[in-house]
Amino acid sequence: MVEKSIKEINSRIEDGSVNVVTAEEMVDIVADLGADGAAKEVDVVTTGTFGAMCSSGVWLNFGHSEPPIKMSKIWLNEVEAYTGVAAVDAFIGATQLSETEGMNYGGAHVIEDLIRGKSIDVHATAYGTDCYPRKLLDTTLNIYDLNQAIMINPRNAYQKYNAATNGSNHKIYTYMGTLLPSCGNVTYSGAGVLSPLCNDPNYETIGIGSRIFLGGSQGYIIGEGTQHSPQNNFGTLMVRGNLKEMSSDYIRAATFEGYGTSLYVGMGIPIPIINERVALATAITDADITTNVLDYGVPSRDRPKLAEVTYEELRSGTVEINGKDIPTSSMSSFKMARKIAGELKQWIKGGDFFVSEPVELLPKNTSCKPMKQRDRNLLVKDIMSTEVITINQDATFHKAAKTIVENAYTHLPVVKKDGTIAGIVTAWDISKAVAEENYKLVKDIMTKKVITANATDPVEVAARNLDLNGLSAMPVLNSKQEVIGIVTSDDISKLIARRQ
Amino acid sequence: MMIKVNISADIVGEPIIAESIIETGTILNISQAHFDSNHGEIIAEVEMSQFPKIRDALISRGAEVAILDNPIMRDEEECVECGACISVCPVKVFSFDREWNLQIDADKCIQCGTCLKMCPHNALILEV
Repeated sequence: MVEKSIKEINSRIEDGSVNVVTAEEMVDIVADLGADGAAKEVDVVTTGTFGAMCSSGVWLNFGHSEPPIKMSKIWLNEVEAYTGVAAVDAFIGATQLSETEGMNYGGAHVIEDLIRGKSIDVHATAYGTDCYPRKLLDTTLNIYDLNQAIMINPRNAYQKYNAATNGSNHKIYTYMGTLLPSCGNVTYSGAGVLSPLCNDPNYETIGIGSRIFLGGSQGYIIGEGTQHSPQNNFGTLMVRGNLKEMSSDYIRAATFEGYGTSLYVGMGIPIPIINERVALATAITDADITTNVLDYGVPSRDRPKLAEVTYEELRSGTVEINGKDIPTSSMSSFKMARKIAGELKQWIKGGDFFVSEPVELLPKNTSCKPMKQRDRNLLVKDIMSTEVITINQDATFHKAAKTIVENAYTHLPVVKKDGTIAGIVTAWDISKAVAEENYKLVKDIMTKKVITANATDPVEVAARNLDLNGLSAMPVLNSKQEVIGIVTSDDISKLIARRQ
Repeated sequence: MMIKVNISADIVGEPIIAESIIETGTILNISQAHFDSNHGEIIAEVEMSQFPKIRDALISRGAEVAILDNPIMRDEEECVECGACISVCPVKVFSFDREWNLQIDADKCIQCGTCLKMCPHNALILEV
């Protein structure tokens, strides 16, 4: 049984005899020498990852103005930061959007601009007190003008993450990128073989106080991240680093179309090989790490799982879903992950980076609960009108006109013989047919590409679809595609009025 | 080669593409088409030797024809080589080599612009 202390490993770093390899290189070493031999041979395994980590931000201290201000609100390049802590401290979060530029510029861009030494416009307001009389402040400063710029990321370096696809019939824009309709592509994130937490899945060496590579500088793990859920292999980390020492090579702002901004964070964690169990864990390969492909076309917390895949499959360029090969895209950069693991290896080899003994290991037994909600989650079926009049697609357009007039409905869902949806016909479609003297059947004048709601959709989802498509009503379908009701913007307005 | 055909409002209802194809016997591989009441636009691939014939046929019917020779470009400073662009490209312009460097086969590009929105780092550029 091999046992090595952190002190022993650090003394080898000190005298230059340390043997460091990356987690990619470790795979073959363990295959050749076995866990026992590898544990004797290798002292440290380096990992790396470079991907979008939305839960990131920086604490800034501006120093006191003359006369002093106790900022109650602050904007950095028009991006609001949180300043509810004392007078001149603020937290700029990566996903906060600019009030003028929207999704093109956000907290992440402010952070990258600070690292690059660019000037930032600061605007702050306050209510004024005897000790802090100033009510308004406008200035321009850069990172060198700040007392502190300390990155504190509440949730980084997910052990692994779900892959995303889109089973709906329209393109969607998500934090996993653009997802093409009918499962047209799959996107994923994570460095697989190099993923930090996957290389120490039992958290035997990683914990509070572990020194790490963060954004090109030496940072620390300060505990488990929010939503840390080790029992499902979804561990996360909370980390700290000095922004003033970071490099824009490893901290990069990003915008996900239709979603917003995020921060690409480069992180590398050294795994000290303290015993053969730890050595064996670092031999993990892409083929050993599985994840679920979820349908992001379903706008719910509980997205359906469409397939289970390995990182090896994801990284091959295609994965199979229901017998079809679907092209994949990585949203994180494996090349950068490899660069980070390599750079950390060089730091340790060169005696510039020492591994540390955690003060406390990460918890292994926590899980992530869903939100407790006071309001019952209202579904479309709770507010829809069930007295829906439909018309057969083979009926004449005269009959459709008559039905609309008799019932005072402006939207008439069109059904096939078996009651399933075929389209929708409105008073306008009928006017158009009359204007064009086009006296045909309903199926010839109806809108075939009808936007529908499912009875079990949350009301918020129906409201968003009405809004996005500029509609005032949608037929409601059951799971067999049969029309069982209609939901209108009127129904939703009334619901909101009742709530208020 | 890739070409773009613009059709103005006054002739957008006429079958000028079909007529030009039949008249010249040229194969147009249409990769994108957009039509509304104001204007029509088609992006298509055509053999270089056949281009003059189809160009003349289209122009004689009132269409405008432009050669698309500005395929997708990458800003190497901004690109982090994640590969987000790979799966949304309809013609497989993007790929990784063995060392996970992003490769661009610009000759394949049909200039649809789908990858521009996908790129999280705003690193892809299309000059039209």
